[in-house]
Amino acid sequence: MNLAVRDVRHNLARFSLTTVGIGMLLMIVMGMGGIYRGLIEDAVLLVNRIDADLWIVQHGTRGPFAEISRIPRSLEDRLLVVPGVQSARAFVSHTVQREHGGKPLRMVVNGLSWPQDDGSWLPLVAGRPLEAAHYEMIADKLLGLQLGETLELGKDVYRVVGLTQGMIGQGGDGLAFFTVPDALAIQFDSSAEAIRLERFARKARAVKDDIGKMQPMLMDKAELPSRELPAVPRAMISAVVVKAAPGRDPLEIAELISGWKDVSVHTSDEQKELLLKGTVDRARRQIGLFTALLVLISAIIMALIIYTLTLDKTRDIAMLKLMGARDSVILSLILQQAVLLGGLGYVLAYYFGQWIFPHFPRRVIIMHEDLLRLGMIVIAISVLSSLLGIWKAMKIQPNEVLS
Amino acid sequence: MTAASPAIEATGLTKVYGSGNTEVTAMRDVTLTIGKGEVVALLGPSGAGKSTLLTAIGLINPPTSGSIVIGGLPVMEGPEALVDVRGFRRRHIGYVFQKANLIPFLTALENVQLASEINDVPPREARSRALELLDYLGVGDRVKNLPHMLSGGQQQRVAVARALANSPSIVLADEPTAALDSVRGRQVMELFGKVAHEQGAGVLVVTHDHRALDVFDEILEMEDGTLRPPVRTTTHTEGSK
Ligand SMILES: Nc1ncnc2c1ncn2[C@@H]1O[C@H](COP(=O)(O)OP(=O)(O)O)[C@@H](O)[C@H]1O
Ligand SMILES: [Mg+2]
Repeated sequence: MNLAVRDVRHNLARFSLTTVGIGMLLMIVMGMGGIYRGLIEDAVLLVNRIDADLWIVQHGTRGPFAEISRIPRSLEDRLLVVPGVQSARAFVSHTVQREHGGKPLRMVVNGLSWPQDDGSWLPLVAGRPLEAAHYEMIADKLLGLQLGETLELGKDVYRVVGLTQGMIGQGGDGLAFFTVPDALAIQFDSSAEAIRLERFARKARAVKDDIGKMQPMLMDKAELPSRELPAVPRAMISAVVVKAAPGRDPLEIAELISGWKDVSVHTSDEQKELLLKGTVDRARRQIGLFTALLVLISAIIMALIIYTLTLDKTRDIAMLKLMGARDSVILSLILQQAVLLGGLGYVLAYYFGQWIFPHFPRRVIIMHEDLLRLGMIVIAISVLSSLLGIWKAMKIQPNEVLS
Repeated sequence: MTAASPAIEATGLTKVYGSGNTEVTAMRDVTLTIGKGEVVALLGPSGAGKSTLLTAIGLINPPTSGSIVIGGLPVMEGPEALVDVRGFRRRHIGYVFQKANLIPFLTALENVQLASEINDVPPREARSRALELLDYLGVGDRVKNLPHMLSGGQQQRVAVARALANSPSIVLADEPTAALDSVRGRQVMELFGKVAHEQGAGVLVVTHDHRALDVFDEILEMEDGTLRPPVRTTTHTEGSK
């Protein structure tokens, strides 16, 4: 005869409420794990999607995600002629926060090397890749933009021609894709007044400088737009991503490029590792500690619940002992209830989570291995938390029936 | 356990609670014998030590000194147990108290069945035995009810059925009818007589109810922790011995 189940059935309302409470607690534990997974997934999503073999960045830097990296765009052409390189694309990425429709709009602006790269590798859910050199953009659904909607960024207006889903930057902001020149224009957008002031400043510098006196022509040109000044360096990009030709070892190419003194090379895996170590590491430890605390709190709460359930049954347990029931009968009554409580709480946690997590602002990813691990933790908690109740039950004397 | 030996032989039982200033001698040098098939009443004022004696014999509350032999088997020597007391209780002793003390989350049937199941009787067998007993005790129509749905008398009869589930060699009852009206009380007392005479168990019943004393083979009286000589022995006892 199973005593645990019969007791639960008899105290169904109380047991159900307790289980719901435990379920919610476990849901939070589950959610913390999911938030952590989401954080990692979001952080490496772009690197994964770009699916490059090598990342070429400014010499001595850790790449475009960890810190600022500036390299000339001409590097793209230098890399294309390296043996074994199938493709080399400019990578431009920066986050902007602008106003749109009266609300702040945060997005990660990415540049595509149009026309070689029109963004057809993106997970488009609506619209099309980029078809023009300027003023088109592909936006992630998270940004809340509609197909065909126009958006003013800097001095230009861009039209949304394609929509992606699930393209999120490491900060949790949606990604938007433009051609490289457009992306740079958005990044280096200055007001007309700022440009005017810079031209005057430039002229003033030229007047004071030797070079201005030796080359009077320069004086005339100082007031021209930057791009018409031959001496001004070309626009800088963040990185160049390289894909090796089929059958070629990316590491061999990396070896070769690492001989260049002006750039550093990272493989895709290194890039991901840098990302995780740098930006996500603290968050991971924070979440890990918080989760550990939650597990501890769950264990304490469960222990108290099991203990109270046992206290409520003091008389019955005394009677069982008086009737000569073995300790195993009493032990399994308590243990089974604890495991039942934990197990049902776990199942509830899962369904609560399925229902609530999709509404979270950032991704909560519940992995099978995490579910499995939490399941084992729940069993461990159940067993540990029943120890207090079992200890109490073992101390109950049969003659307590008489009191 | 030999057939010839008495159900209960207690010799020189003494129980001292506490120590020093708070020392109370609840029972002093009590000696008694209850034969198989014998039902014995134990009378006495409150605080006389009746429950102390009953719980000592029931292996719930060890005496300070004295010995207890049940069915010919020495079980207690002073506070020392000579057998596995829990196992012994399970197999050989049935208890009934003033309160039925049924497990609240088990039905009448399950309460009785559990007593057999913890004594390793297969569930099916335990169940049919429980049904039989409950029927015999006149609560056969309430077997599916939880205790709180039963009247006090019905609960007490279920408790008696539970005490008898393993056909114990001794039955100990501590004021089992205190919470019942006189008709119900008498029914329960008659039941103990029936159990003793039909199953050959030794039955010891603590009671305050003087109206049902004719049921008993022997009446003992306790006062200030000591046992008075037997008041009455019916011819019934001689017949069944
Ligand atoms: N656990 C105990 N601790 C201390 N004194 C006790 C305890 N149980 C009983 N007593 C004392 O022992 C005496 C006998 O008690 P008890 O056997 O319960 O008497 P009865 O059942 O005849 O009323 C009483 O004076 C009571 O106060
Ligand atoms: Mg008493």
